[in-house]
Amino acid sequence: MSTQVPEQESEAETEATETDLAETLPPAQQARMERKAEARADREQRAREEAEREASADENSYHLKVFRYDPEVEGKQEPRFDDFHVPFETGMTVLDALIHARDTFDSSLTFRHSCRQAICGSDAFFINGSQRLGCKTQLSELEEPVRVEPLPHAEVRKDLVVDMEHFYDQMEAVEPFFQTNELPDGELEEQRQSPENREKVKMSTRCIWCAACMSSCNIAAGDNEYLGPAAINKAYRFAMDEREGEDVKQHRLNIIEQEHGVWRCQTQFSCTEVCPKDIPLTEHIQELKREAVKSNLKFW
Amino acid sequence: MHEHDVIVVGAGGAGLRAAIAAQEEGADVAIVSKLHPVRSHTGAAEGGINAALREGDSWEDHAYDTMKGSDYLGDAPAVETLCKQSPNETIQLEHWGMAFSRDDDGRVSQRPFGGLSFPRTTYAGAETGHQLLHTMYEQVVKRGVTVYDEWYVTDLAVTDEERPEDRTCHGVVAYDISTGELSGFRANDGVILATGGPGQVYDHTTNAVSNTGDGVAMAYRAGVPMEDMEFIQFHPTSLPSTGVLISEGVRGEGGILYNAEGERFMFEYGYASNDGELASRDVVARAELSEVNAGRGIEDEYVHLDMRHLGEERIIDRLENILHLAEDFEGVDALEEPMPVKPGQHYAMGGIETDENGETCIAGLYAAGECACASVHGANRLGGNALPELIIFGKRAGQHAAGKDLGEAKVTTGQQGEYELGEVDSPVEPGAVDASGTDDAAADGGVRADASTADSEDVVDRAVEAERERVQALLDRDEGVQHAEIRSAVQESMTENVNVFREEAGLKQALRDIREARERYEDVFVNDPSRTFNTDLVQTIETRNVLDLAEAITLGALAREEFRGAHWRAEFQERNDEEWLKHTLLSWNDGTPELWYKPVILEGEEKRYEPKIRSY
Ligand SMILES: Cc1cc2nc3c(=O)[nH]c(=O)nc-3n(C[C@H](O)[C@H](O)[C@H](O)COP(=O)(O)OP(=O)(O)OC[C@H]3O[C@@H](n4cnc5c(N)ncnc54)[C@H](O)[C@@H]3O)c2cc1C
Ligand code: SF4
Ligand code: FES
Repeated sequence: MSTQVPEQESEAETEATETDLAETLPPAQQARMERKAEARADREQRAREEAEREASADENSYHLKVFRYDPEVEGKQEPRFDDFHVPFETGMTVLDALIHARDTFDSSLTFRHSCRQAICGSDAFFINGSQRLGCKTQLSELEEPVRVEPLPHAEVRKDLVVDMEHFYDQMEAVEPFFQTNELPDGELEEQRQSPENREKVKMSTRCIWCAACMSSCNIAAGDNEYLGPAAINKAYRFAMDEREGEDVKQHRLNIIEQEHGVWRCQTQFSCTEVCPKDIPLTEHIQELKREAVKSNLKFW
Repeated sequence: MHEHDVIVVGAGGAGLRAAIAAQEEGADVAIVSKLHPVRSHTGAAEGGINAALREGDSWEDHAYDTMKGSDYLGDAPAVETLCKQSPNETIQLEHWGMAFSRDDDGRVSQRPFGGLSFPRTTYAGAETGHQLLHTMYEQVVKRGVTVYDEWYVTDLAVTDEERPEDRTCHGVVAYDISTGELSGFRANDGVILATGGPGQVYDHTTNAVSNTGDGVAMAYRAGVPMEDMEFIQFHPTSLPSTGVLISEGVRGEGGILYNAEGERFMFEYGYASNDGELASRDVVARAELSEVNAGRGIEDEYVHLDMRHLGEERIIDRLENILHLAEDFEGVDALEEPMPVKPGQHYAMGGIETDENGETCIAGLYAAGECACASVHGANRLGGNALPELIIFGKRAGQHAAGKDLGEAKVTTGQQGEYELGEVDSPVEPGAVDASGTDDAAADGGVRADASTADSEDVVDRAVEAERERVQALLDRDEGVQHAEIRSAVQESMTENVNVFREEAGLKQALRDIREARERYEDVFVNDPSRTFNTDLVQTIETRNVLDLAEAITLGALAREEFRGAHWRAEFQERNDEEWLKHTLLSWNDGTPELWYKPVILEGEEKRYEPKIRSY
């Protein structure tokens, strides 16, 4: 059996914290929140007692330390870590463990997830010190206690949920859509693309917008305007596609060559290391730098 | 209140295509989606998209295969529309830059798929859906379509005339997940539901966690019938531990299924004498479970899918993603070992009843994609036919909503014309129990008002008010049952009783379990009081939708006393064309479902599709 054991210190905080925000809420809502908080503290107390009894008896469980924060719920405005002991089954991923913790112990535990198969890109977290997809990370590969935190260098909205707006903005800044001047005549004629060219862009098309790379990048952390590895990779995806014409390519190079573009990259490879889709990001950035130099030479 | 000409709910393949089409017709379009578009489940599609593109193939052959695959429960006008438009629409994707796999001459590659008489499945490795979703989102970005992402649509704003056919949809109510704010969205020209499949009705599914059938349930409660819900496709090759899909492309390329004895059972036990592993999905899924039930399964649970003989080069070229999935989710190196597979819930052939223009019986309300049932898949969907459905019917719905004349629909909707009331021997009284205090009001877009005085803004306002009450009631409750408990009880019962093999006793048990879940749902409570990103609340609302869908699937299955396509019944081992060449419809009448039937349309443009025995 499995159990949740919230940390002792956090409990003290639950009781101690008075919030500014709660005071600004309409009275009915505030009353509701308070009532709930009380009922909750009660339940947690019971769960804790049960938990302690069982956790000590159960060796086949995984110990997770999960980051918690909620700007508007009493006791959660101070960031803290909650401990969860989740029964282990072969093949269990970090996402499975979080779902178990949420569904069994604390339904307010909040994180994004959807596909559970590494394709929707919504569950990138900071797991034991590196950016990974929860659904693609086997618990058994990790050392206990497994620390699960929101992506660094992004604003935390609640628990493991971070604000993605900035990431989306950067993705969209590179004009992430196919542009071509010449389409074949017939409606049913496809634009030919050689298998080699498809091979060249293939890896770059695999990005699932998880933002792991951006979160791991020191430069992006210090320069908010830096396009970042994912957006530059998106530019690469189109710039290297032979179906877009030369002038479009030049336009694309201009975009990535701007002040906060490719030249900011210091080839630290951290993005490439964390990318769950194995996209050779650093290489793509380097290649675009070379292309940019080449195309500038033409103009001189 | 937000206001746009066309509001598209959902941002998967169908929603994005609808938005692009409506925008091209000149409408001001907004997409409202509970997930950011690129997180939609369309991204998980692997195998490919069917289009008759090559010499030697024709839309007529595609239509014939589709009608036959549907076990003659597809409506010919919709099927023909699908097959005729798929080539253009597929090439449209190519023109938008989609990274299809290529032949040596630079044209897009095609491969064989189950139930197809020609290798017409166009693909991008084993990640076709990912490429398609991103390509379409790119077009949406290019066009500057407004996207409200992480907004959960909780209900439709529909007028409350007596007959659904007289009602009009004026918009939706949505909940901003990140701030907890409820808002009305008024649509001047139309609302298009594109909310995807209901995989979460089952606990072993290839579908995403967010696939909870919201759109279908909302339309149903607003008065639109659900059609052919009993037809659930179980994909024969999902990974046993997670349900993650192993594409049919593996069998298309020549992958082989073996039982625990190492026998190639599709041939050796004669489940499919001609096509073997490439028989239709329903046939293969039943064969696998028959092997397991006969004691020839591995660990009494699954069979093996072997692709080693295809060779590393071909695998990397066409199925690379499969290697990653097998490795990440099952710890198997598929270049060295066979992969464990078993059937998993995969696709809903049924859904919101629409015509081939995407329209429902409620004016201004459209549906497209997996949540809709224009009846192109009938009793069994062919692999590679859902992606063309998204783009073709998504586009048509978008165009129609924005005012383009698509001609009169040949498929009829609503309880008009020819229909026949059905009966079902249910052990419990199906339908709602008062789940949230405001059930009726929510169903009909608010408190009853004199229709003549209600303008569209009123209708939206009343719907928002009703939803505010419902959400407040859920948040106010201090104690009770949590959604996860209710949801998992239903999921388990459905997997146990309304699976690949179905029998009367089990179906009745499922109905009792669903009833019990409904009663428990009366006491559902949301533990998390927060307004910021309250997923507890969102999942609680979703769970209500899961209940409605589970009930529809089970009722339809109990009522349909024959064996057709994916619907197998222990007591009825024959397809019965005399009595059952008809669609099941379920309507919501003030909380009590009513079952009725309408005939299948087998008459195509020039020919009639005569039902033939399906043998593979
Ligand atoms: C693993 C897998 C593989 C597949 N492979 C193939 C294949 O190879 N070929 C093929 O033809 N078909 C395939 N299919 C089927 C096909 O992919 C799906 O039927 C199709 O992608 C569904 O698309 P959709 O646009 O209808 O819905 P989805 O892509 O699921 O999108 C639903 C959208 O609705 C939104 N939404 C849902 N509820 C709400 C709400 N209440 N409020 C606001 N927004 C909401 C979601 O955020 C999402 O954006 C596959 C399916 C699966 C599961
Ligand atoms: S490049 Fe890789 S790490 Fe970065 S967003 Fe895309 S998939 Fe994620
Ligand atoms: S849940 Fe979709 S990437 Fe992990």
